[in-house]
Amino acid sequence: MEVLLLLASPLAGAVLLGLYGSRRWAPELNAFFSFTTFAAACALTARVIASGPVLVAREQLFIDPFNVFLVALTALIGLTTALFSRPYMRVEAEHGRLGHGRLRLYHSMYQLFTATMLLALTTNNLGLLWVAMEAATLSTVLLVTLYRTPASLEAGWKYFILCGVGIAQALFGTILLYFAAERVLGAEGVTALLWTHLNVVKAQLEPTVLSLAFVFLLVGYGTKVGLAPLHNWLPDAHAEGPTPISAVLSGLLLNVAIYAIVRCKVLVEGSLRSTLPSQMLMGFGLLSVILAAFFLWRQRDIKRLFAYSSIEHMGIITFAFGMGGAVANFAALLHMTVHSLTKSAIFFAVGHAAQKSGSQLIENIRGLITVSPTIGWGLMLGTLAILGLPPFGVFASEFLILTTAMKQQPWATPLLLLALGVAFAAIFGKVQPMVFGETNVRRLPHAPALLPVFLHLAIVLMLGVFIPPYLAGWYRDAARLIGGP
Amino acid sequence: MTSLGAATQLLEMICAAIAAPAFLGWVNQCRAWLQNRSAPSLLQPYYGLSKLFRKDAVLAESASPLFRVAPYVVFGAMVVAAAIIPSMGTGLPLSMAADGIALVGLLATARVFLSLAAMDVGTAFGTLGARREMMVGFLAEPALLMVLFVAAMISKTTSLPLIAEGLATRSIGLYPSLAFTAVAFLLVLLAENARIPVDNPATHLELTMIHEAMLLEYSARHLALMEWGSALKLLNYACIGFALFVPWGTSTEAAGPAGLLLAVPLLVLKLGFAGVGLALIETLSAKLRVFRAPEFLATAFLLAVLGLLVHLLLGT
Amino acid sequence: MTALSIDLQLLNACATLLLLLSFAMLAQRRIVSLVNLLALQGALLLAATLLLAWRTGEVHLYLSALLTLALKVVGLPWLLHRLIRRLNVYWDAEPAINPSATMLLGLLIVVFSFGLAQPISALASTATRSTLGIAIAVILLAFLTMITRRKAMSQVVAFLSMENGLFFGAMSATYGMPMVVELGVALDVLVAVLVLGVFFFQIREQFDSLDLHHLESLREGD
Repeated sequence: MEVLLLLASPLAGAVLLGLYGSRRWAPELNAFFSFTTFAAACALTARVIASGPVLVAREQLFIDPFNVFLVALTALIGLTTALFSRPYMRVEAEHGRLGHGRLRLYHSMYQLFTATMLLALTTNNLGLLWVAMEAATLSTVLLVTLYRTPASLEAGWKYFILCGVGIAQALFGTILLYFAAERVLGAEGVTALLWTHLNVVKAQLEPTVLSLAFVFLLVGYGTKVGLAPLHNWLPDAHAEGPTPISAVLSGLLLNVAIYAIVRCKVLVEGSLRSTLPSQMLMGFGLLSVILAAFFLWRQRDIKRLFAYSSIEHMGIITFAFGMGGAVANFAALLHMTVHSLTKSAIFFAVGHAAQKSGSQLIENIRGLITVSPTIGWGLMLGTLAILGLPPFGVFASEFLILTTAMKQQPWATPLLLLALGVAFAAIFGKVQPMVFGETNVRRLPHAPALLPVFLHLAIVLMLGVFIPPYLAGWYRDAARLIGGP
Repeated sequence: MTSLGAATQLLEMICAAIAAPAFLGWVNQCRAWLQNRSAPSLLQPYYGLSKLFRKDAVLAESASPLFRVAPYVVFGAMVVAAAIIPSMGTGLPLSMAADGIALVGLLATARVFLSLAAMDVGTAFGTLGARREMMVGFLAEPALLMVLFVAAMISKTTSLPLIAEGLATRSIGLYPSLAFTAVAFLLVLLAENARIPVDNPATHLELTMIHEAMLLEYSARHLALMEWGSALKLLNYACIGFALFVPWGTSTEAAGPAGLLLAVPLLVLKLGFAGVGLALIETLSAKLRVFRAPEFLATAFLLAVLGLLVHLLLGT
Repeated sequence: MTALSIDLQLLNACATLLLLLSFAMLAQRRIVSLVNLLALQGALLLAATLLLAWRTGEVHLYLSALLTLALKVVGLPWLLHRLIRRLNVYWDAEPAINPSATMLLGLLIVVFSFGLAQPISALASTATRSTLGIAIAVILLAFLTMITRRKAMSQVVAFLSMENGLFFGAMSATYGMPMVVELGVALDVLVAVLVLGVFFFQIREQFDSLDLHHLESLREGD
């Protein structure tokens, strides 16, 4: 029941906002639908806590400890981003950057995007997972090009083509998986793509086919995660779209793509009984971390800077899932959570800062602390959090990942440390003058509402100091579920 | 058995040599009809050859012995090739010694001598023709080999008579690989025999000619042998095509002399249709620029290799 | 030589024609002809699906044939033709970039995909298992087409051709995916083309052309 409400609420929102998305009260309506979605997610979470995994709609939907916290996280960030986009979009509309049609498009697609992500997270059918991922791409393509500037069109085109090609590989991987499953589960084709069924028989699946399938799936969904060298679309799409979209792309869509990879990895590992999937994940992850860290130096656009930081963190998460085992999986899940919260908070702050200064270039944004202390502090704290400074949650997860790496993959530790160091220097060096630098811009008359920023940072801070027992319980269950070599 | 085989082989050789100019004449006749011209006689090529044989040969001062030997080598190669192609019967005793690959080798020998002779005198046109001929050859030859390989893989032998027999007795069905190679072979045939769209046998237009440019320095009996050789080459290619793609009606060893008697009129019938088809293609297509010829042949090669791959994949 | 039944032979013929069409698309420069080739590819896919449905008697294959007819033979080509007319790019053609090399690369791709399909085909129990290699080749050739093109429209046609290849692959390996997935995929493809239609107009409004070299200003470090 909660699950259906969870999916129906954003869908209804998409339809309604498609009709009325340009009215004065549309942003509030948008936030309302995000709120009902969040409420449904909370109810669902409560139910999963109380009675364990849920399987509904003829086994097509499935919620277990692994995806329930992602559902909750997605709904939460969906809500806070809707709250953030309320004043943000008003300002854009007042500046005349967006007309009625585009506001309708924006609000409708925002809800549709949420719906597709929630469907991808909750579906038990690996085919539907693919469909939902593709739909998520399609619903965001027109959002990236919302401003219709040449750069945004280019970003949108790149996003569409790269992700389209990538996701086509994932479809082929899915076909191969279905092919292997059909031989075990029978040709009716009703159950052969359902993850719960596959998970039971994973040891009997044909290893050659599955290893090939995993290569295609990893490349396909990896493109969406933004793993190097398939990351090209990510910085452009983040930089050129409206800021709320950058926040949800970075905070949520990448998580969903990683979720898809991990679900597939569980099956493949069960069949192969070898470390091939782990090694591939670690390789791609490490490459992304290192490449992103060095690309950070060359960025002049603040949103691109944080987009590369997202690639870096996705690399860390992928690497951790690659190492596998209870601790690394736990750390990866925790890192997914805190990264989403922190990164979306940063994008909120950056969005306001860029809106105030009318530019996204780092050199044009200076002295935020004098212009608007809340934005300045929000950006500074968010940056410190994402760079892994204690006591924020990112520190805890990165610390866990590093210590596990030292134990299990000692060769990778210096590389990870080096990349983290480079990233730290690059981001801190660029953000510091933005916040504290000299400026002659007058102080803003009013402080923007930055409740979402500080809410997210507070949660991240809390997760760094104390993880609530039920959350830790989920993480542990999920980590056990994901397993590893 | 051997005597019949030897007779078949001898008959093929002689018939081919005698009939080649007539086939060329037939193609020219069809072409003329299709183009609304009054056609030359079927025997016109024979008149041309006999005229050339009666004339005195003139050689360039700088011509080496190679220049004089080349026409005989070219003609000889073509006659031998005619002997090993199973055009009438498949019980050929020489087929043990010369399979499909040897056939391609024979054709290559003729090409090499023709080109060397063309460059021998050192005129600009000869060299130009020779270079263009090599350009065509380096793509057409692998394509032809690929075509033969596909047929060889289907019948699991490279011996041409066995291939023809195997293909003639196989179960009726769709063979995508053979369809691909048939088209490829047709393209190779057009290019190798200097037909439109690669070359125009009817003109001496210096900017586009390939084959004619190589023969400019020849006269009298040498020229006659060269032209006879090229007529034979066309016939040979047609017969290779029959052996691979329409192998029905060729006499087998078991059929005896009666089979051979039936095979000859059938061959004439096939040649008749082939001539009409060739004339039709030449009338309907336009001459390509010389520099587009590699693309044309690359298509042939592509199709032949695709045929091979498809055969490997599907087993048909 | 074992004789295959006639429907299987026809299926194989369809498969090889699909492969040939992929090469034709790789070589074709005119955008309108490219769209027509795509429609032809859809028609071949339809024929193959119908043959397979008739052979296996599976109802869902008839349904997916219907889907193919509606979407790939009629719907998408019609949409693309409309777009071409509306965008006035009827006479647009691509400049040729070393066609022979592209073709040879295509051949290598075919060899690679046949090799890739070998272990999978060996395990398959479907009658059409041998065509899986062709399906992979169609996918990868479409990918190659995409890489060698500079016009937005041709890239999209290549993208759709890739989807056709995936569909054919699913058919050869497993007689198609479950219906719910197939419907979802079809919906996604349709929406993708609609979104792209909107996108084309945006690109043209901005650049007065659909040439993608306008879209090369975003570089690392800018």
